[in-house]
Amino acid sequence: MKVLSLNFLTCAVKACKSSSDSYPLHPQDAELVQDEIELNPDMLINVLPRLDWTALRTTSSELGFPALPEQAPTAEELQADEKMIRDLHHLLLETQISEGKLVCANCGHQYAVKEGIANFLLPSHLV
Amino acid sequence: MLPTPDTSHVPYERVYEPAEDSFLLLDTLSSASETQYLHETFSPDASSSSPSPKAIPFVVELGTGSGVVLAFITAHAKTLFGTNQILTAGVDMNAFACRATIKTVEKAQADSVAEAGGNEKPHGLYLGSVMGDLAAPLRNHSVDVLVFNPPYVPTSEMPSRPETFTEDLPSKTSFDDDSYLLSLSYAGGRDGMETTDRLIDALPEILSPRGCAYILLCAQNKPEQVKARIQTFGSEWRAVTVGSSGKTAGWEKLQIVRIWRDISP
Ligand SMILES: C[S@@+](CC[C@H](N)C(=O)[O-])C[C@H]1O[C@@H](n2cnc3c(N)ncnc32)[C@H](O)[C@@H]1O
Repeated sequence: MKVLSLNFLTCAVKACKSSSDSYPLHPQDAELVQDEIELNPDMLINVLPRLDWTALRTTSSELGFPALPEQAPTAEELQADEKMIRDLHHLLLETQISEGKLVCANCGHQYAVKEGIANFLLPSHLV
Repeated sequence: MLPTPDTSHVPYERVYEPAEDSFLLLDTLSSASETQYLHETFSPDASSSSPSPKAIPFVVELGTGSGVVLAFITAHAKTLFGTNQILTAGVDMNAFACRATIKTVEKAQADSVAEAGGNEKPHGLYLGSVMGDLAAPLRNHSVDVLVFNPPYVPTSEMPSRPETFTEDLPSKTSFDDDSYLLSLSYAGGRDGMETTDRLIDALPEILSPRGCAYILLCAQNKPEQVKARIQTFGSEWRAVTVGSSGKTAGWEKLQIVRIWRDISP
């Protein structure tokens, strides 16, 4: 699963959805793999308005990537900043989580990731 | 006709094999009227009423099975949406379906690139597949296009997980495990609607304001009642049949309903 997917995922426990602690999920013991994908600056610039930047900063630092600026760049700023484009491309699109866990900070539930597939099925007592 | 994704690697003893319902979804999504709708709603350069550039759409298939539908959407993004700038992702309860889908999407993307021959990449960006129950793992109001070919066959009960079953990509499955996994793909409980009803109830939370859902129904699901129920969500809600197959004596055996909010001023 691409790192970008963490920006769309949240704890599957219904009661957690209203808590801000349930998002983003926190990767633990994550094994990362890198793909090589052709750089498409246009695509990144258009992904930008979809991103929850605060969540992305958390994810990025938890995975050990260099710190992202506090504020999301504007489309113009990103367009002019080739290094930032490369960094975001590498983090969001080329990096995949292959093994590990995703943890909800609200309920503590750990979602296992195996072969790049996170398991969000809940044990019956949590449904 | 756009090529159908290759699913020859999929273990059909435990993952749903593409069938008439799957192909009806492919045909409907690539029909002239639906590609026009998708272009108008999501393509960044479509001349439209909204002046602001459109954010890149997030397309999610629930119950991907083999991945044939998600791979088709991802690989043919340029044709269906008028842009290769779409994000796609899949959810299925069946671990083997998730694993199969990753491979099916990968193959279909490679094929679409070969076909386009060095021009701009025709395919969208697939983020991955997760195991989950419907849209539970997704953030509310994030999905722009939702696609679901549900377990729709009326059955006396819903599948129950065998005692011995471990859902995590087991290296071996027993015969019971395989029959459980296959029953997930068709068994819909009362009116074949138990799973679909749960999804429809959650749609207002799942879909973004501009979002739409394509859901497959069979005649026993009482599609007219389903559509009428969606309209009770509010005056802006629409539910329209946009594809059908197997017409006998005025009854469509299978149909695809598009559900969305009409928020145009
Ligand atoms: C009829 S098959 C469709 C497969 C594929 N999309 C196709 O069109 O060929 C239904 C799929 O939904 C999955 N499924 C059933 N219930 C589900 C649920 N509650 N959440 C997620 N997936 C589910 C099944 O495992 C199966 O893969």
